[in-house]
Amino acid sequence: MDVQYWTFAIVGFTFLLYIYIALRAKASSTSEFYVAGGGVHPLVNGMATAADWMSAASFISMAGLISFMGYQGAQYLMGWTGGYVLLALLLAPYLRKFGKFTVPDFIGDRYYSDTARIVAVVAALFVSFTYVVGQMKGVGVAFSRFLEIDYEWGVIIGVLIVFFYAVLGGMKGITYTQVAQYCVLIFAYLVPAIFISLIMVGTPVPQLGIGGELSNGNSLLHTLDQLSIDLGFQEYTTSKKSFTDLFFVTAALMLGTAGLPHVIVRFFTVPKVSDARKSAGWALLFIAILYTTAPAIAVFARTNLLNSVNQISYSELPGWFNNWEQTGLLKYEDKNGDGKVQYYNDQNETFNKEIAHPNGWQGNELFVDQDIIVLANPEIAQLPDWVIALVVAGGLAAALSTAAGLLLVISSSISHDFLKRWLKPDITEKQELLSARISIAVAVIIAGYAGLKPPGFVAQVVAFAFGLAAASFFPAIVMGIFSKRMNMQGAISGMIAGLVFTASYILYFKYFGGTPEQYLWGISPEGIGTLGMIVNFIVSFGVAMVTPKPPPKVIEMIEEIRIPRGAEKAHKH
Amino acid sequence: MSEHNAKKYWKQNIRYLLLLLILWFAVSFGFGILLAPSLNKFSIAGVKLGFWFAQQGSIYVFVIIIYFYVFLMNRLDKDYDVND
Repeated sequence: MDVQYWTFAIVGFTFLLYIYIALRAKASSTSEFYVAGGGVHPLVNGMATAADWMSAASFISMAGLISFMGYQGAQYLMGWTGGYVLLALLLAPYLRKFGKFTVPDFIGDRYYSDTARIVAVVAALFVSFTYVVGQMKGVGVAFSRFLEIDYEWGVIIGVLIVFFYAVLGGMKGITYTQVAQYCVLIFAYLVPAIFISLIMVGTPVPQLGIGGELSNGNSLLHTLDQLSIDLGFQEYTTSKKSFTDLFFVTAALMLGTAGLPHVIVRFFTVPKVSDARKSAGWALLFIAILYTTAPAIAVFARTNLLNSVNQISYSELPGWFNNWEQTGLLKYEDKNGDGKVQYYNDQNETFNKEIAHPNGWQGNELFVDQDIIVLANPEIAQLPDWVIALVVAGGLAAALSTAAGLLLVISSSISHDFLKRWLKPDITEKQELLSARISIAVAVIIAGYAGLKPPGFVAQVVAFAFGLAAASFFPAIVMGIFSKRMNMQGAISGMIAGLVFTASYILYFKYFGGTPEQYLWGISPEGIGTLGMIVNFIVSFGVAMVTPKPPPKVIEMIEEIRIPRGAEKAHKH
Repeated sequence: MSEHNAKKYWKQNIRYLLLLLILWFAVSFGFGILLAPSLNKFSIAGVKLGFWFAQQGSIYVFVIIIYFYVFLMNRLDKDYDVND
């Protein structure tokens, strides 16, 4: 059997599994549809949260990104895990005690204001929608690259699968499919990593392999540092860049993680407050398995690349090289016509003058797409075909599980926050459930359509999603729990100030020609959410000090959510 | 629960939070970023210490922090008879 049959077989099997689960987990009430009835075991929820959280980007692109960034890649590793500490300590248990269905529910009730609710709905919709389009794109890419199906058909198949289990099962169906998807994706990620670790440093644990020794007895990281310097790159394990930006980007990703609605709502699905805390622990543990493996893959792949291609003649390159050239993820251009590959940092002026030019090198000749690091791993390690197929199924599981979680937030924002809580409070439970199904169906179709014709801005919107979540939801929720003085006026003006500040900074630098020299204190748009959060805090407290205290009913509610006892299942209202 | 007890419970909760958040900040922003260059003089399991904290260690500590928090809060909830 060749790769293609294996891929059809494994991907087909996983899809049947997701459909089977969906049929078994049909939602029959709004509570089941929005929060899986509030009866999910903390470990199960942790696993579902991990799948929900780890997107196509985490699975396919992250290790490659780190591989090219070296030490600086830590911003993703710490940024996308550290947020769970904030979630567990500052948000999840209290929101679980609050016990309703959505993030705008909390903002609207806590700040006794429909304006606050609507600001939250708009932010939730924007954040989730930009994010989901990227997932659809990921599905299309995985299909088109491995199954020789057109990109468009790949997206359509993905849409149909998500449509089926999300519309039918709501959060209940999504939760149990996500558990299956976590198992698929983590297995698919670890198998090639373990083999590569065995091949390179002789240990089956990649997390230990990163500090291992190569077969010639030299330390792996030391070798990599030396190879990097020899080719004009920055030493792998350190950085000469300013720490300010690294600091701010890491913080923005952490704060954004803790403020993303599709992550927060997962903690509404467990039965008790203590379960919400435990669940955050499980979630981070399951995420950490992938996130501590990724930097090891990055080191192995980088060492392999630097070691094996420079100054090798084109005709002697291994077979996988040619396979991946056809996909366009690898490009070789013989600039000086010597038939050999020169791979080095041609932006490094000193290196150009001292080594490259005297040797007749006329620029870097090899272009490597970051995604190749994970996708080509099994081939580089000469693993059997079924492992390659597994990686495809893993990438699809990562993309589909995240897409489903995001779509649920979009659907509940419309049918619950917008329709039930604001526009038409007198609709019955049945009507609300129907409208939830319709809105998730519409959302899937719009997301699919956007995935077919991804607007150019999508690639750059990750900064938006995290920045806006960090500057709006995170501070608004934290103040809602920890400050009894925070009132409607403060929270609304804080959220708006945070959103406007963050959005205009990102817009200016991404779309209106701002240059890196103009960055405020050297902070890139990816990290500006941290400052946006600080702006939010300052404005909120400033305004709250000169406006009336919140009413006694709200104070009571705050006292109520601070005590764990009495959390029933997410109740109907 | 009396108002007095509720206040004491909340105060202790905040104390735990501050302690754990200081730890959270120390291992990531501290050891992983600000102090990384000086920690790189040492190494752990073949990896420079600052680099290790930035790409491995901080994540392990994050997991431990959450489980430790679960333990502390479960005990506290029981002491104040507010467990669910």
